[in-house]
Amino acid sequence: MAARVQLPKDIRRGQVISVQILVQHPMESGYRLDADNRKVPKNAIRSFTCRYNGEEIFRAEMSPGIAANPFLQFPTLARESGELEFSWVDDAGERGSHTAPIHVAA
Amino acid sequence: MERRRFLEAAGGALAASLAPRPLLAQAPPAFAQSADSQALVKRATRGKEARVGKVKLDLPLLADNGNSVPMKVAVESPMTAADHVKTIRLLSERNPEWEMAAFHLGPYSGRAEITSRVRLAGSQRVVALAEMSDGSYWMGTADVTVTLSACVDGTG
Repeated sequence: MAARVQLPKDIRRGQVISVQILVQHPMESGYRLDADNRKVPKNAIRSFTCRYNGEEIFRAEMSPGIAANPFLQFPTLARESGELEFSWVDDAGERGSHTAPIHVAA
Repeated sequence: MERRRFLEAAGGALAASLAPRPLLAQAPPAFAQSADSQALVKRATRGKEARVGKVKLDLPLLADNGNSVPMKVAVESPMTAADHVKTIRLLSERNPEWEMAAFHLGPYSGRAEITSRVRLAGSQRVVALAEMSDGSYWMGTADVTVTLSACVDGTG
């Protein structure tokens, strides 16, 4: 499961920034039929977490009520440079993760 | 005065009859029931009172396609350690899963604002419910008319 993260270009310490992430996932509702008219089983990312240098800064519980290829934009306070770590798990138990470096100017 | 009141009442009734109705006839029985959004809020707060205000839920008035509807929710809060938004929940009257999403925030968020894209099974009222750090609940709603529902006809 691939993901793409977007952060603002110039980040200063103490600034509230928007973190944008797009995760590739069908978020199957369980009501869609495949080519052979069989129901595609429900499969959505249930839990999504973002950690900033190891500390949890955002968590989402989702359902098929979130559109396919879920897009999330959430705020966080820029403190220091380091790494944003995203991880998620879907109904099928499949886990995905992604990391993005964050550069904070003093 | 009497006449004015009558006209107001008549106008209101006319507007109500012209208001968009969900296309229930096309939906399979599983989707036919439309839970009252107030009941959903009560369920989510476990019986506690939720006041209207502080929460601004942005959804388009008219969504051509229920499969992907842009959504933005913002809550007024200083987001300090003493006073912040803990959780924002999205509740749906007509989706198969009434609790669409829950977003957990904290003082490290700096601001209480989430943007995403949601799926809507038909025209409905969507509720954004915010739980504050002091245990109080605040809510905002948005009414959306969906011309093509997500996941009801099996074709897409």
